[in-house]
Amino acid sequence: MPVRSSRFVRHGWAGLVASVLSATLLAGAAAAATPPLSGEKAAFPPFDVATFSGQLFWLAITFGALYWLMSTIALPRVGAILEERATTISRDLDNAAQMQAKAEETAQAYESALTEARKNAQAIAQASRDAGAKASDERRHAVEAELSAKLTKAEATIATTKTSAMSNVRGLGSEVAIAIVTKLTGQAPSASEASEAVDQVLARG
Amino acid sequence: MAAGGGIDPIHQFEIKPIVGLRPFGLDLSFTNASLLMVCVVAVVSAIMIYGSSQRSVVPGRLQSLAEMIYEFVASTVTGVMGKEGMTFFPLVFSLFMFVLAGNMLGMIPGSFTVTSHIIVTAAFAFLVIGTVLVYGIVKHGSHFFGLFVPSGVPGWLLPFMVLIEAVSFVSRPISLSLRLFGNMLAGHIALKVFGGFVVALLAAGGAATIIAPLPLLLAVALTALEFLVAFLQAYVFAILTCVYLNDALHPGH
Repeated sequence: MPVRSSRFVRHGWAGLVASVLSATLLAGAAAAATPPLSGEKAAFPPFDVATFSGQLFWLAITFGALYWLMSTIALPRVGAILEERATTISRDLDNAAQMQAKAEETAQAYESALTEARKNAQAIAQASRDAGAKASDERRHAVEAELSAKLTKAEATIATTKTSAMSNVRGLGSEVAIAIVTKLTGQAPSASEASEAVDQVLARG
Repeated sequence: MAAGGGIDPIHQFEIKPIVGLRPFGLDLSFTNASLLMVCVVAVVSAIMIYGSSQRSVVPGRLQSLAEMIYEFVASTVTGVMGKEGMTFFPLVFSLFMFVLAGNMLGMIPGSFTVTSHIIVTAAFAFLVIGTVLVYGIVKHGSHFFGLFVPSGVPGWLLPFMVLIEAVSFVSRPISLSLRLFGNMLAGHIALKVFGGFVVALLAAGGAATIIAPLPLLLAVALTALEFLVAFLQAYVFAILTCVYLNDALHPGH
């Protein structure tokens, strides 16, 4: 609806301008209507037809020059500057976003490496602890087995020593009994009688 | 028109030749108006060409100004006509800058306002409408005249609608040129009249001298208003140019 809007704009300004315009136009018309008496004294300057050709001529030259300067030099240059700035800014923003993504990636990788390492360390610690415990257990078992073997050996030695000592004691006892009986009675008993008597005493406790 | 103190508010619009030039009986003299036109081109070129000559990614002051103007006009053009309206960007930009610089240079005391002459504003208006007609007919052929036939109108109303649309189209260059011309002319006359009041009251002496600052205050306020009008009229001219050129780009209703 461009025509509607243009009409709206025109009405808005027409109201403001109308009073001014009617006054100036009337003044101009009046000035133009009264013929210049002296010929030199011109009419209302903006309506002086004699100046139109010169004004149009110089307007065409100057506006043409301005249009040429703007369309070939100024506007492409300023447009290029603005475009370059826009691309520079967007490129920098892209770069920054990429850097940030990279940094985040690195941080994530570091984080995951750290958790991995921690897990590994725990596993290693557990394993070494287990291994240590196992080794010390084994050593203890070995030592215990050795000790118990030595103990049984020692007990056996004691037992044999004890029986041999006990048999020595019996022999010694019967000899002593024979010597005592001989001393008391003057009559030596037979060895079998003496050892029988010792056995009876030993059996009694 | 000679107000008290011999101050003539029309005097400022007079065209005085600087270098006489009369080939083939035509008066093509280089006048004060021509000088101001050359100044307009010089000022606009200084901002846009010299300002952008550094081509720096981080702009300086003048380059910032050039970029700001560029983006302002570009957003106006694309806002009204869309992306394909950038075909007319150099034209709209040149018109806007010529009118704006002409209005602003006219605010310098003692200078001349190029846009306060109807022949200049009319030339711009007919340049715009001529561009609309030529581009529209070359681009769209007879379809361009669909501009005058609004869709969804009952058959018996159509002749009237076409007539109204045609009158509205023909009145465009008139309103476009008169709006700018009238605003600049009236503003400068008002400024001169209030300035003349100050002088007249001071010259009158006595009690009148005491109230002389009142029109001076008003003249100061009017000057500020005129700067606003100088910008606003250039903007209105540019945006209406875009609206009319949009018809050449998209003639369908």
